[in-house]
Amino acid sequence: MQAKELSERINGVNQMTTEYYTRMGDGRRVVQTREQIYEDLIAGTSVGADLASVSDLTADEIDKMAEIIMDPSIFVSVGRGKEVALSMDGGTIRIDADQGNSGCGIPASRLIGLMTHERVFCQDTIELGHIDYSFKPVKPIVSHECQNMEVIQQNTIVPVFYGAMPNMGLYYTPDGPYSNPSDLMRAFKIEEALLSVEKSVEHLTRDMVWVMQKLMASGSDGVNFDTAGAAGDGDFLATLQACAQLRAEFPEMYIEIGMAGESVLGMHGSLEYKGTTLAGLWPHEQAKLCAKAGSNLYGPAINTNTGKSFAWNLARAVTFTKAAVLESPIPVHVNMGMGVGGVPMLETPPIDAVTRANKAMVEIAGVDGI
Amino acid sequence: MPIAHSHASGMKGLRTAGDLVARMQCSKNMRLKDAKEYVAKKLGVDVLQLTDEYIMREIREELNIGIITSVTNKAKGLSAKANIEEVLGIKINGCEQLLRNQLP
Repeated sequence: MQAKELSERINGVNQMTTEYYTRMGDGRRVVQTREQIYEDLIAGTSVGADLASVSDLTADEIDKMAEIIMDPSIFVSVGRGKEVALSMDGGTIRIDADQGNSGCGIPASRLIGLMTHERVFCQDTIELGHIDYSFKPVKPIVSHECQNMEVIQQNTIVPVFYGAMPNMGLYYTPDGPYSNPSDLMRAFKIEEALLSVEKSVEHLTRDMVWVMQKLMASGSDGVNFDTAGAAGDGDFLATLQACAQLRAEFPEMYIEIGMAGESVLGMHGSLEYKGTTLAGLWPHEQAKLCAKAGSNLYGPAINTNTGKSFAWNLARAVTFTKAAVLESPIPVHVNMGMGVGGVPMLETPPIDAVTRANKAMVEIAGVDGI
Repeated sequence: MPIAHSHASGMKGLRTAGDLVARMQCSKNMRLKDAKEYVAKKLGVDVLQLTDEYIMREIREELNIGIITSVTNKAKGLSAKANIEEVLGIKINGCEQLLRNQLP
């Protein structure tokens, strides 16, 4: 009896009730039956498909995802020949730095962080980023970033991006020069609120282009606009505009646009890029606009619902991402950090869930990279 | 987490040909399949061999395009990247700004 129990634990399967160890969206371990996993997979894909008006996952894809989730191994991986290229966002500063949410606290320069990611963690691309990881605070210290980029380029071989967030929230009071549109809207000053967003878009676009002009002169391979759209449609518009301007100036530059969420929030509501209204765009629509602006890589970000199961979240995330992969004219590198892409929302996401989400994104959504 | 992703599905960067495939995605917008086929053709291997450490170590040493360990007299940094430019037929900004623009 003891041997049987031990075997079940090792295999992750309770044979008596056909239960499987899996996770909730917050990472907590739960046990689900095969039927419960299927119910959640079907519900998750339905929610994603309804929201974005894209196709549900097929029955075969649901079967494949269930098989991945119910795999008794702790760690799962893709089949031989299905490997994808990995790009980074911010990870290389985590050896040392902490922003209040992560960081190992190992005293090490960013150069050492990058070289460790290149030669120890075997990443396919890496990136230099500032501790505040937003373009605005880089402006006063851009020369220091340029010095770092030069030294890093001289010591590394894989592509090195400069990564930062557009983070348009920093342009509103009390942090920035423009009135906070949320405060203005609460006071029914709608016109002023819209104008404040529009002014911030112009300012942010200018800043991002200026910072990247300096870093390109210092040998950067390109830029990773990370969490684009975090402050809504204005944030995304500034990113697309900066991307287009940089593409015109640097035809060979590598540009990656990674999103903040599955839908662009309409903080302004009427902003357009090349005739397309930005508010409410879903990943398959975002990808086409990023390509139009001149980006090389598009990174969808599908947020994890901590109150739902891993199966529900993964099915929903793969549904959005698969549609984006099918319609994108450029390679799709899906975001799969903490709390996005089906990965549970916690600082140390369980490896069983991370690798299952990884395999599903590669083998079902068909991503070009992660 | 980067290690989990790398082991679950990554191309393993300098250990194999991951950086080269990534460069083709980034410089020419190539989808994964096209990027792998392009790199494989340039290196004279088949696509499955791109992630084979045994084969790629030898090829990377022969072409002097950088290897994961620090071996004396093997190209590193900008010199490895300059060799990658030649092998893949692309321009790398670091070589332009920090190598060619600095020479007489």
